[in-house]
Amino acid sequence: MDPVFLAIQLLNGIQQGLLLFLIASGLTLIFGVMGVINLAHGAFYMLGAYAAFSLTEMTGDLLLAILLGIPLALALGWVFERVFFRWLYEREHLEQVLLTYGLILIIDESRSVIWGNDPHGVPVPDWLDFSIPLTETLSYPVYRLAVSVVCLALAGAMAYVLGRTRLGMRIRAGEADRETVAALGVDIGTLYAVLFAAGIGLAAFGGMLAAPIESVFPGMGEQVLIISFVVVVIGGIGSVKGAFLAALAIGLVDVFGQVFLPQFASVVVYGLMAAVLIWRPAGLFGRG
Amino acid sequence: MNGITRRGVLKGMGAAGAVAAASTLPAPYVRAATPIKAGILLPYSGTYSRLGEAITNGFMLNLGKSGDMLGGRPVELVRLDSEAKPPLGPSNATKLINGEKVDVLVGPVHSGVAMGMAKIAREEEALTIIPNAGADQLTGVLCAPNIFRSSFSNWQASYPMGKVLADRGTKRVALIYWNYAAGKQAAQGFKDGFADGDGEIVTEIGVPFPEVEFQAALTQVAEVNPDAVYVFFSGGGAVKFVKDWAAAGLKDKIALHGPGFLTEGVTDAQGEAAEGIETAMHYADTLDNPENKAFRAAYADRFGKNPDVFAVQGYDAGALLRVGVEAVQGDMDARGDLYAALSAADFASPRGRFRLSAAHNPIQDFYLRQVENGVNVVKGIAVAQLADPAKGCKLA
Repeated sequence: MDPVFLAIQLLNGIQQGLLLFLIASGLTLIFGVMGVINLAHGAFYMLGAYAAFSLTEMTGDLLLAILLGIPLALALGWVFERVFFRWLYEREHLEQVLLTYGLILIIDESRSVIWGNDPHGVPVPDWLDFSIPLTETLSYPVYRLAVSVVCLALAGAMAYVLGRTRLGMRIRAGEADRETVAALGVDIGTLYAVLFAAGIGLAAFGGMLAAPIESVFPGMGEQVLIISFVVVVIGGIGSVKGAFLAALAIGLVDVFGQVFLPQFASVVVYGLMAAVLIWRPAGLFGRG
Repeated sequence: MNGITRRGVLKGMGAAGAVAAASTLPAPYVRAATPIKAGILLPYSGTYSRLGEAITNGFMLNLGKSGDMLGGRPVELVRLDSEAKPPLGPSNATKLINGEKVDVLVGPVHSGVAMGMAKIAREEEALTIIPNAGADQLTGVLCAPNIFRSSFSNWQASYPMGKVLADRGTKRVALIYWNYAAGKQAAQGFKDGFADGDGEIVTEIGVPFPEVEFQAALTQVAEVNPDAVYVFFSGGGAVKFVKDWAAAGLKDKIALHGPGFLTEGVTDAQGEAAEGIETAMHYADTLDNPENKAFRAAYADRFGKNPDVFAVQGYDAGALLRVGVEAVQGDMDARGDLYAALSAADFASPRGRFRLSAAHNPIQDFYLRQVENGVNVVKGIAVAQLADPAKGCKLA
């Protein structure tokens, strides 16, 4: 294989991995820190994408749509936490699965009622709507590169907030021992509501950024749900650093699997997961 | 969820009218008061619900041409949501055939559902008309005297573009498709058509179904740099592929082709990226024939929206049923005559001439279409009166 094209495939893998991190990061926060299995994660991703579609139609610009969409998503996450999820922290995973599966059905049916079942395209903002020629035949869309930069920035911001701030300290403490943190006077209820809203916000933000790349269609949520869980499991539950490395590894393995092992392209990612779990049953950065 | 979601009883004739007619007409019409039950197994929820709705509308539109009566009997629709879930195919088919005692089964959209449904229909010898599912086997190794199709086979949908490129003398072609049954059958159809020329397939890229991340495949194609690329993607995958193709700068360098579904009903979402793409299909909105014009006007009038290829397939499922039922004057138990009449059907459809092969798959024209200003404009006939080879079918 020509080294230039090999380098482009490397870029493809990294770019795909960064986007995957963005989509899965909210899941690892909610699952890892709060211990809630949120099967509706993909549904919130889909809502983000559809919101980006509608708001872009209204405002004429994706950037404006995202700026409007993020507070909406955070508010939605907050409401869902207060109404549904806060009852679930002490419950079994099975009950969480039941609730969040129900949410998938409700959100998907609402999507069908509000937006219908046709796929839609979302235009890339004009100032990002061009491609950089890499070879004689192939160009690289700048929007994809821009999304990668945003994902990197977000990963840095998450690492900073969780590792270096008072809020992050409380979140990590709450993860370790919920009761003790509450006993020390931290309002754990509000803390979890913030965290949950952030998780939903990240899922929806992922959907908004991905909308011009993926286009917007029914079922897009289910497609990312499984791979998001794979990211969380490989990375180690609750580890943002682990999720970041896992997402990059999955992106690269998926791309090079398609190039070098086309007959096994659909299973290489799961092969990677199996291998990691045999080596480290709790995932790359998991405890236990 | 799995139950009968809606029972639509069509406006039949008035009861008084039925009694009056029965008393004055010859023997077969005595049955007039008992309706023909048509079990409709289509997706009314989920991704494919738009297709289920279009097919149902088309079917009802055809029945409406004769006041919802066929062969002197009113037709009653029993609708069941297939949910496009293959595991539910056999149980749903059983529910309609044995539970509801339907006289004819119409469905489904999804090939996976169709395989399960066809198995039951064969065992129970129930008249079945498939208005979409394209799996080659349904009119191939799994063909049966009682199973008919009003749509296409996957092979048939991709052969024409292969033939067109072969005739043009295109030398180097790459294939990209979802690596599952329908994608592989499409690839085989294209290859069989393309084999008529002296060109070669330079690379074949299977993308895991239903993944829509195409960047790796696009990079591979750019490296090989063929003269043309033939792809099999539909729905959201088609939208995304066409946009990614343009964004990767390949649009003006390599010709992009596909079966009609690549640009059918999705050109709005694809926008500028779809312009100029050539596809082949058994229908086009813009077909210039009197049946199509009448069909499109009547559909828009009754349902308040424009019909698509799926509506045509539903409409022709109705037309096919009509031919059979009228030939036996409503006597659905006259199986031999009923199947013989269906097999011999030959009528003018909105898509052009419609008749069936010995394996019960349509023999039809495939049109070469090109996207101009978001519309699939007919450029001519790609392959006329194409029949599926019906590999493994013993009816032939």
